[in-house]
Amino acid sequence: MSEKKNKWFSLKLSNKKKVPQDTGSCGCGKKSGGCGSHASTEVAKPVDGFDQVMGATMDRRNAFKQLTASLLVGAGAISTSCSVTSDDAAKEKAQIDWEEQFKGNYKLMSDDEKKATVDRLVRSHQIRTQDTLDMSSKTAEEGVLFGYAFNISKCQGYMDCVSACVTENNQDRNSQMEYIRIHEMKDGQGINFGEADDNYYHEVPAEGHFYVGTQCFHCDNPPCVEVCPVQATWKEPDGIVVVDYDWCVGCRYCMAACPYDGRRFNWSKPEVPKEEINKNQHYLGNRLRKKGVMEKCTFCIQRSRDGKNPACVEACPTGARVFGNLLDPNSTIRWVLENKKVFRLKEDLGTEPKFWYYMD
Amino acid sequence: MGSLKVFKSLVIDSLDIITHGTKKYHLWMAFLTAVMLAGMYCYSIQVEEGLSVTGMTNRVSWGLYISNFTFLVGVAAAAVMLVMPTYVLHDVDFKRAVLIGEGLAVAALLMCLAFVVADMGGPNVLWHMIPGIGVFNFPNSMLTWDVLVLNGYLFINITIPFYILFRHYQNKEALAKVYVPGAILSVFWAVGIHLVTAFLYQGLQARPYWNNALLGPRFLASAFAAGPALIILVLAMIRSHTDFKIEDKTIKKIALVVTVAAQINLIMLVSELFKEFYAPTHHSESAYYLFFGLHGKNALMPWIWTAIPLNILATVVLTFHKLRNNLTILYICCFLLFVAIWIEKGFGLIVPGFIPGPYGKIAEYLPTGIEIGVTLGIWAMGAFVFTILARTAVEIETGKLRYKKK
Ligand code: SF4
Ligand code: SF4
Repeated sequence: MSEKKNKWFSLKLSNKKKVPQDTGSCGCGKKSGGCGSHASTEVAKPVDGFDQVMGATMDRRNAFKQLTASLLVGAGAISTSCSVTSDDAAKEKAQIDWEEQFKGNYKLMSDDEKKATVDRLVRSHQIRTQDTLDMSSKTAEEGVLFGYAFNISKCQGYMDCVSACVTENNQDRNSQMEYIRIHEMKDGQGINFGEADDNYYHEVPAEGHFYVGTQCFHCDNPPCVEVCPVQATWKEPDGIVVVDYDWCVGCRYCMAACPYDGRRFNWSKPEVPKEEINKNQHYLGNRLRKKGVMEKCTFCIQRSRDGKNPACVEACPTGARVFGNLLDPNSTIRWVLENKKVFRLKEDLGTEPKFWYYMD
Repeated sequence: MGSLKVFKSLVIDSLDIITHGTKKYHLWMAFLTAVMLAGMYCYSIQVEEGLSVTGMTNRVSWGLYISNFTFLVGVAAAAVMLVMPTYVLHDVDFKRAVLIGEGLAVAALLMCLAFVVADMGGPNVLWHMIPGIGVFNFPNSMLTWDVLVLNGYLFINITIPFYILFRHYQNKEALAKVYVPGAILSVFWAVGIHLVTAFLYQGLQARPYWNNALLGPRFLASAFAAGPALIILVLAMIRSHTDFKIEDKTIKKIALVVTVAAQINLIMLVSELFKEFYAPTHHSESAYYLFFGLHGKNALMPWIWTAIPLNILATVVLTFHKLRNNLTILYICCFLLFVAIWIEKGFGLIVPGFIPGPYGKIAEYLPTGIEIGVTLGIWAMGAFVFTILARTAVEIETGKLRYKKK
């Protein structure tokens, strides 16, 4: 038990290192909201010339605003023949597209800027499709570190989690992108991924087999984050590893660096049928992606930050999936870690996944 | 002011030169242009449709582009093998070859950058990577290191030859104290670009095939074999098509460089193979797949089994002085070695890194026509740039192109 304590303790330690910095530099005094963003900027502190970058972002944005304004005057002068309303919408759309194209990295944005970009995205979607979205930019709460546990004895391979994940997270239907893979393994061979089948189509549970699910493990020491040349992917203060789809340049270095096959790339333009779009979105989560960017499991950030379980946990008919706050001593996940013989995959790599396996 | 005028006249003169030439020259340039246009067409399809038009997938997420990029970094780095003796050791022999070598480095670097851009999912947001305007994840990401060293190397390799040619153009001696420090810097820099590129792969604990301390040194050895081999071939070509005099002695000296590098490369290959196959572990699966195939999947086998014999054959032949000193044999060997290392350092290095996948899944990779089209287009672009650079340099060095001479 003490050993298990150490396990998540090491996670907590690394979390703690950030906390004093937070309170040190945080002058706002507010406990929620504001501090969350401070935490996320803190993460970026060690970056070379951080202030410069921030300064550049501001300057750039102001410059672009002015440019846009003058551009719009020109555009307005030319297209006077159009009807007023459609002209206004087109103008607004052009303005939004322009600002979106040259906005900064979400990780380095202030809360106001985050809200502004979310508003722009919602508005742009509205203009394009006459449909409204509910997109959030909710930041991490303090004292929260998400973790996940998977019960190998319970999983029967139904893959309800996979389809729930696809619907919840607006994944590309054309390429059948799936974050979760369920590996079917033979009894008696142990947990042997090499011999497992992660692409089965027969009735489950198959006689003499057991099932192990994998997805992004939200490593506490994520190699995928280190390698990104533009910091388009990072670990949020609540432990969720996210991607800014608008900042990613699509080099796929993070994909090569992930030892757990946790990342998916949009090789072509992702398609989601209009009536199937999940409109409850988060900027860092399931909002609609574009082609040429990286994406991955976000522990359903749009749900988990609202206090709900991820879609896979909710969909699982066997209760094989457990999700919760590692820092809350009364959470189920803590109970599992303290009372079950848990293990993680490829622990020798030092990635410290926040995803444990256990058996009854 | 004065030098600005000279520069203008140089630009006009060289434009004049590169637009005039023999029929063969025009055919060559027209051919390259056609290939480039075809490549651009393929790229436009890729931009329109996304990277799904390539053979890459979520299982094998880097392919032909990154392979060629890796190999060409080596070619670019090899210019240094000529720079060092010429500028630093005052070995006059190499002086004429070195301008060609540096021109080759410039062309190779431009191709590298083009391959990286071709591989990007979002070329329109590439400005995110520009330090100052974007967010540059330095020093954490090796890719940012690579961007810095490659562009720095490009700068060095443009300025040094430009300075020398510019002086010669005005009938002045190039001052050693101006260019020698730059040359010395470029020596270290060349090793740097290659090591950093190797570290790009070497630093990934997720890919045991790459996560191997020998990767960097082996990159260097193979680069210093393939790069100068290409330079020999190019020099041979220039020698027979222009009156730019390159002595046999120079070519033979470069051949010695190629030989030693190829020998070291072979030793390291043996060491690698021993480690993978004497006591195979889970981590040897990629090498096993590369050489023998796994579970009936063996797309890379024909490639690697072409590369290895070619490599051994060329190295062994080069080892014998008698054979190496025969220029025809030398050229053939250089060609074989170049092809062998292209396969080995390109395809043979990048693709098996992803096979088997993190959970042992074997998904093979084959480039598509569009991917090959873009690749050929970029190679044609490199050849085009190099031809222009080399022609100007040759004309200046042979004294045909001089300021105010007309
Ligand atoms: S599982 Fe992979 S993608 Fe997820 S955090 Fe770890 S390294 Fe990154
Ligand atoms: S693909 Fe995107 S998230 Fe991944 S390393 Fe490249 S820029 Fe970063």
